Amino acid sequence: MSHPLRGKYVIAGIGKTRFGRLPDRSTISMNVEACREALADAGVEKEAVDALFVKYPTSRFESMYGQKLAEAMGIQPRVGGVWDQAGASNISQIAFACMSIEAGLCEVALVTFADNPKSGTREAYSRPRGDDAPYGWFGVPATYAMIARRHMEEFGTTSRQLGEIAVVCRANGARNPDAQLRKAITLDDHQASPWIVEPLHRDDCCLVSDGGAAVVVMSAERARQLGVRAPVPILGFGQGQTSWEVAQRPTLTETCARESAAVAFRMAGIQPGDVDVCELYDCFTIVVLMTLEDYGFCKKGEGGHFVEGGRIALDGSLPINTSGGLLSETGMPGMQHVLEGVRQVRGTSVNQVKNAGVVVVSNQGGTMHTHSTLVLGG
Amino acid sequence: MSGTDLDLTSLITETPVSVPYWAALRAGRLDFQRCRACGNAWLPPREECPRCLEADWAWETASGHGRVISWVVYHVAPNQMFASRVPYNVAIVELDEGPRLITNLLGDDGRSPRIEAPVQLEIQEEGGLAMARFRLV
Ligand SMILES: [Zn+2]
Repeated sequence: MSHPLRGKYVIAGIGKTRFGRLPDRSTISMNVEACREALADAGVEKEAVDALFVKYPTSRFESMYGQKLAEAMGIQPRVGGVWDQAGASNISQIAFACMSIEAGLCEVALVTFADNPKSGTREAYSRPRGDDAPYGWFGVPATYAMIARRHMEEFGTTSRQLGEIAVVCRANGARNPDAQLRKAITLDDHQASPWIVEPLHRDDCCLVSDGGAAVVVMSAERARQLGVRAPVPILGFGQGQTSWEVAQRPTLTETCARESAAVAFRMAGIQPGDVDVCELYDCFTIVVLMTLEDYGFCKKGEGGHFVEGGRIALDGSLPINTSGGLLSETGMPGMQHVLEGVRQVRGTSVNQVKNAGVVVVSNQGGTMHTHSTLVLGG
Repeated sequence: MSGTDLDLTSLITETPVSVPYWAALRAGRLDFQRCRACGNAWLPPREECPRCLEADWAWETASGHGRVISWVVYHVAPNQMFASRVPYNVAIVELDEGPRLITNLLGDDGRSPRIEAPVQLEIQEEGGLAMARFRLV
């Protein structure tokens, strides 16, 4: 028997700003633009919106940010606010939007995110990590490097295998006119790029970007009533949270992505073999590799081998990150992957995969602390 | 490790629960907390046992023996304070008693350790702090 929520809700519209350096734009302004475009894409007036879910700008926390955005948009959402799971927030909020509609709290939700760390402050990404800072323990890349090293020594994963992921994301981004970084690389380029925190090279690390993106969520029935042009059914969603800091995590090489995907795949009624395209959160290449393992596309420890030989390239058996992801399209934490998932199901991606019937999107935050999964399909 | 002119004390925030931890390091001991209710042992200092949530615990001194869980090498200084240190390693060490901590590895320049390698505590004074570092044995 299929899950009662499978396909009951849809992403009715998607919208975004330009990606890159946008020095003259506030995060509120970018959110408004992304929401305006998403509503236009759905063909829905803002008067229909009665829920507004916002991930706060990563680079600057601001109390009551959701209300400030609602004011800027001239709406009085019945349900809304800011949700903080860092990079997992966007998909989680799409799920909360579905559940809020299911509970009768609202009918049409905007889920949106914008930030300007490229032209503003990047301190959030290089901050001291508590009382461990005297040991030189600063920033975000090192925490992922710690996991990557453990994976390498435990399973024999190599930097070149991580490079396979970067090469694919950069190739896809190079073909995407909206991508911030449109420069394909070779494996040798990846290997030659400087160490940031060893074992992570520069080309293992995502971009820093300004920009915003938003989606409109409603029931499939409401979308029919409103005459939405190209609604994309949400087949499943899930979440998981490790919570432990990297140093305290009992196992560094497994994440709650496993639980998140298990719930989402069960709701969608799919197995890994049913998936046509993956849009996987790629703040660092190691995240993609471990997500593939934890989602069940291969066994734990076999991710390095799995990504070799073109399997994840656009013409491979499991294309990933078809718009370039965080490594090439924009460093935005996660919403760009949702937008590309929608485009794949609609058949409108610049890197369209034939017959993209089931698309899996992952978001994650902190250092694999939080995870959320979205299954989209026609 | 270099940088004797550094003031590292500004990087930590001593709280009522962590004051004894730093005091023990200055006295040449690495202390951790052990729960009297369930026996769980942990670092960094916190008010309640994260396993049974009781606030009934005592400080205990570590043997100083541990093993490497993972390690990285910074090639880009996170800020000016660490510019003279790069490249430098940061590691996760698990004590034989169970608690884990962020640290630096000593010996062989920290470039060739392997996970699960045994290490021995070596407390070093630097920048006004007593720091719990570990030497590969
Ligand atoms: Zn306890």
